[in-house]
Amino acid sequence: MSTTESHNEAEIVVDPNAVSMTINGKSVTARKGEWIIAAADRTEDFIPRFCYHPRMESVGMCRQCLVEVEGPRGPMMVVSCMTPVAEGQVVRTDTDIVKRAQEGMIELLLANHPLDCPVCDKGGECPLQDQAFSHGPGESRYVEEKRHYEKPIPISGLVFLDRERCILCDRCTRFADEVAGDPLITFTHRGNNTQVMTFPDEPFASYFSGNTVQICPVGALTAEPYRFKARPWDLQQQESTCTTCSVGCRTVVQSSRDEILRYQGVDSDPVNWGWLCDRGRFNFQSTNSPNRLSTPLIKTESGLVAASWTVALDETARVLRHAQPGSIAILGGARGTNEDAWAWAQLADALGVDMRDAQLDDGLPAEIFGYPNATIDDACSAATVILLAPDLKEELPVLYLRLRGAAEKKKIRIIEITTHDSGLTRYAWKSLQYEPGHQAETVQQMLSTPEMQEQLGRGSVVVVAGRSNLSEAAHHTMAVVDTIATTVSQVSVLPVLRRANVRGALSLGLAPRGSTDAAAILEASANGKVDCLILLGADPLSDVPDADLARRGIAGARHIIAIDTFLNNSSAHADIVLPAAAYGEKDGTTTNLEGRVTNVAQSITPHATSRPDWMIAVELAALLDHDLDILTLQDIQTRITQTVGGFDGLSVSVAVRKNGILVSVPPISPLQVHHDAAVKRNAYEFRLVVARKLYDQAIGTAMSQSLAALAPGAGVFVHPHDLERVGAKDGSSVRVSNTTRSVILPVHASVAVTRGTAFVPFNQKGVDIRELLQATNGVTDVQIANIS
Amino acid sequence: MSRLTDAHVALANEIIGRYPRPKSALVPLLHLAQEQDGYITRDAMVHIGELVGVTSAEVYGTATFYEMFKFEPVGKYVVNICGTMSCALMGSEELMHHAEQRLGIKAGGTTPDGMFTLEHAECQAACTEAPCLQVNYRYRYRLTPADLDELIDDLSAERLTHEIPPHGTVAKVRQHIPSHRGVGVVAPELVTESPAWLNGKAAL
Repeated sequence: MSTTESHNEAEIVVDPNAVSMTINGKSVTARKGEWIIAAADRTEDFIPRFCYHPRMESVGMCRQCLVEVEGPRGPMMVVSCMTPVAEGQVVRTDTDIVKRAQEGMIELLLANHPLDCPVCDKGGECPLQDQAFSHGPGESRYVEEKRHYEKPIPISGLVFLDRERCILCDRCTRFADEVAGDPLITFTHRGNNTQVMTFPDEPFASYFSGNTVQICPVGALTAEPYRFKARPWDLQQQESTCTTCSVGCRTVVQSSRDEILRYQGVDSDPVNWGWLCDRGRFNFQSTNSPNRLSTPLIKTESGLVAASWTVALDETARVLRHAQPGSIAILGGARGTNEDAWAWAQLADALGVDMRDAQLDDGLPAEIFGYPNATIDDACSAATVILLAPDLKEELPVLYLRLRGAAEKKKIRIIEITTHDSGLTRYAWKSLQYEPGHQAETVQQMLSTPEMQEQLGRGSVVVVAGRSNLSEAAHHTMAVVDTIATTVSQVSVLPVLRRANVRGALSLGLAPRGSTDAAAILEASANGKVDCLILLGADPLSDVPDADLARRGIAGARHIIAIDTFLNNSSAHADIVLPAAAYGEKDGTTTNLEGRVTNVAQSITPHATSRPDWMIAVELAALLDHDLDILTLQDIQTRITQTVGGFDGLSVSVAVRKNGILVSVPPISPLQVHHDAAVKRNAYEFRLVVARKLYDQAIGTAMSQSLAALAPGAGVFVHPHDLERVGAKDGSSVRVSNTTRSVILPVHASVAVTRGTAFVPFNQKGVDIRELLQATNGVTDVQIANIS
Repeated sequence: MSRLTDAHVALANEIIGRYPRPKSALVPLLHLAQEQDGYITRDAMVHIGELVGVTSAEVYGTATFYEMFKFEPVGKYVVNICGTMSCALMGSEELMHHAEQRLGIKAGGTTPDGMFTLEHAECQAACTEAPCLQVNYRYRYRLTPADLDELIDDLSAERLTHEIPPHGTVAKVRQHIPSHRGVGVVAPELVTESPAWLNGKAAL
């Protein structure tokens, strides 16, 4: 499946669409329909450009890429970003005429561009600065006053605009429209005063706004978190993989003086195409947060107090040694690296721990990997994509970009099965709304219509499956995935579990044994059956949908050991807290949602005394007389390739390549799917839908000052007609209650919500909806009463 | 600050129906908004965006291209005095000075009573009739300062309302296209046949 470079080259040789041409006298093989500039990019001859971007449509806006093409009437000047290659074409990029034209363009662009490079953030990595040196005339004939604008204008909370630096290349506006689908910035006052602007007083509120800063070829767009922080030549950089969600976008992590200052997207063809979401791009601020844990903490009568690693590890070992057999439980591990997960799984094996789960009852069972696996590329080239997933724009933004792009270009047809309108609803071929608990009927109906049958017979079908609603049981989703997988031919599944390395953790030994998943572990803990609960970067009190279960589970555990980067709601209850190294502070590998293993790189020293999770596991194992025979990260990687099925092709040299390697998953025995009858709702009640927004109170967001304010806050959303039924006004407070408990939330009307359901974003500041969720219930019905 | 009235929304939907893509109706709808309020309000742009399915930013981007769309209140009569070559040679500068003194405002300004906005204009393509001006884009030719005084008197006394409607009105008689002749909302690439009424006359 992996599209390696050699694979592509081999394809071109036998390609009937291949054309041969010459660039500066050297013969070049290109593909029909390709632009000259793209073909030239594979040679050593660089054509200067500002507006051309290989991942966006060409517009020929900046005219900098002028080259000469031999025509019937002699050489002709063309823009190479909008002129297709042709058989026998003769291109010259280095003649005097080309040089004069390019110098002329630079001179024109600089007519109004300020020469404030010494105070401009882009200085040192600026395409305009670089190309003014390499392709410019060296001096300008302009003596006139340059344009002045008010500067800088914050066009959103994250992005600043200095209009006088803008050269109107259309990259940011094209990105917003074409790639992100949020055309909130556009050219205004076209003519002499053309400028990039938002609608007056309306921010550029896109989840992808940071990309415009990265692709801006001048310093017109700058990001608030990086503005005036460093000069490019002071930055050290490491290629790595973003671990904010499980898409696994390739990044470079840039740091200076042992502090992470910026992430930039790297173009990985099978994954992120160079794009990042703003949450992934800017949450490095949490790594630098002063609230990070710096030393181990041990609970005393006066609360948690700092301790040395020696004391803390000895104490941890003592707790583990004295735990009753079979009474140790491990929750979490999906936020670390593959090596972390493997090392902890080894320790768990050595200690005979059967209670383990990398998820927190907020995903799907690991059996979802048992179906034929699809990659992101498979999904983006399938005839049909069936979405049985949470709103991808909110949870896995870059996967949303890829699917949106494919649907926009009419490459795929999306059938969305959802409880409320999502980011992809606009782009879906069919969007079928259902009430939680009734998805089986919706899918049955869908599969029986001739139109759908025809569509599903058109070629490969990829089911994108995830936990779309935290207030209903996962088995509802599993049952319909199973129905589709068994009735439709050529079907494969792309599991979209959200935490960065959940797939790696589940594959490397932190999957539940049998049916003892996180909910069952917390129930056992509540019943006093857990002597020692290990929280591996897990915060059940914030993340487990059933708040009461989490509370009882944490309260019932005799001892809690937390390994984390911050003191969170759950680790605050721990007996021992061990500070863990964060992303950017450790090397290793991670597995994305399609099973692609790529590396994460260490850029800075771990904060204070914190250590990587794997190191803690190895040390504990030694203290407990179960020496794992591991000294280095490489030891772990060697052992993983030798012992874990599917990971045998893995080597670090492969994982550090930007496309990584796809690991195959050992066949998982098919799930015992139980299809239960749809649950009826009484007409006075609302069926609850609880799902995540991109910005919530997750620690990485909450501890990043630029992102924290972007979380929308708690509220309940119902259809306008339902709001009338409740008798409440938009924005007023309502009481939302189930049979035993109630919470008070502001209510909002939204046509995106299906009638009869109520949508509540998860983990937002304010009232916690999880109080109303119960793990044992298949669905959650609530009453909404006006109290104003 | 106002959105389109209900009557204008009905008209807007009729206009949208004439185009294969709703957003093609943007400019006509902006005219509608300008007719309603004399200038284009922020709320009207938001409303138009909702009607044709584009963001407010895109409406703004399109609207700001056109000098004839105003984003601040202007007078009931917008007077554009041409200042390009022929008119300049034939005395448009004196005309402008006179107008400024008569109305007590500078070019670009609006009289406090909200009746007149005075503007410089580039060539209005009536060079044989220089110097010329437009009132709400209705021509007046070969003006002397005395003619201008008379014109302003007539406008102030509302004697020309039959000929010159308030700023924003493109035409007093509105052309309606019956809905069966409108293309309706359909993606152009999906249209394989000509509309029935076209009846093979496309070549004409």
